[in-house]
Amino acid sequence: MMKRDECFRVLARHITDEAVVATYSSAVDWVDVNPRPLNYLSIGAMGLDSSHGLGLALGRPDRRVVVIQGDGSLLMNLGSLVTIAAVAPKNLVHFVAHNETYEANGGHPIPLRNVDFAGLARSAGYKAVYDFADLGAFTQQVAHVLEQEGPVFATLHVEPSKPLKYDYPSLYDPKKRAAFKAEWKGQG
Amino acid sequence: MQAAGSAEDADGEVHGDALNGAGIIAAIKASRVEYVLSVPDIVTSAGLLRPITQDKALKLIRVCKEDECVGIASGLSYCDIRALILIQHTGFLDSLNAIRGVAVEYGQPICMMIGLLGHDPEKTPRTSPRYGVRIVEPILDDMGIAHHHIGVDADVAKIKPAIDKAYAESKPVAFLIGRRPKAP
Repeated sequence: MMKRDECFRVLARHITDEAVVATYSSAVDWVDVNPRPLNYLSIGAMGLDSSHGLGLALGRPDRRVVVIQGDGSLLMNLGSLVTIAAVAPKNLVHFVAHNETYEANGGHPIPLRNVDFAGLARSAGYKAVYDFADLGAFTQQVAHVLEQEGPVFATLHVEPSKPLKYDYPSLYDPKKRAAFKAEWKGQG
Repeated sequence: MQAAGSAEDADGEVHGDALNGAGIIAAIKASRVEYVLSVPDIVTSAGLLRPITQDKALKLIRVCKEDECVGIASGLSYCDIRALILIQHTGFLDSLNAIRGVAVEYGQPICMMIGLLGHDPEKTPRTSPRYGVRIVEPILDDMGIAHHHIGVDADVAKIKPAIDKAYAESKPVAFLIGRRPKAP
């Protein structure tokens, strides 16, 4: 089991001009580790992270899109695994931070703690699927994960974190959406 | 017995010539829509979705659940690519939280074409015999979402200006398909 913020620090070392879609607890940790205009945080409804990511990936096939979705979020939109596998965007990398809880909603457990997200993604038809519970292994393979032809899926088994401060007005600031759009459109 | 001017479509449904799918599809393309995002709906199945599957000018994405369409359309809008969501009114009702968050609170140009299952095309949506149809327009009004009833061919002219306006002002819009469009 990894610590999510440590995991994200490793991931951040490999992020350059990608759009990164992150929400709730993952967004809080990600923004703390790697604040940047190309973070896409305004999802609007829990579970839609992966669908926003698919739209971004289709819209800019020349750019890579990285989705960091919580396990509770993905459970609300499991069908998106099938949709993404069917559309098969080569530039989409889909992580799920599997901490087995609805961390932003009181830390209650998800319905089945050990649900096999990697197995679900593999069955849905993702091109490459990974499962990481060890930071050393993740550190060693993350560059390879990000370089694969998508859609790529990786489960990150992480511990529930210390209590976080959820500053939603800042995360969902319309200025951040405008900055994201300007940056995402502006890259040639 | 079929009435004069009526036909049987690929789903075995008898309908009149009052609303033609070809005109709606032409309006969608004239609106510079590139992607159609859909869960099948029996009202629009033969007249819109089937011909769209054969139309190389439109990219169709079949999704598992209607609220996925809202996220995908939002992501595409950040790339200035237009999308139309083609769903049934039951899927619209199921997606209200996504529409609330993305389309209304974030002000995204989410364009929806909604088949009214079980509606009597001779009535308005508000006076529909089907409860689920009667509540659609009041919900759209409460959410401040512009909407247009597409019941006959003359209504099709509303589509392009409304989609252009949605993208110009970054606001959602809904088209309510009140009868089965005739297949091209």
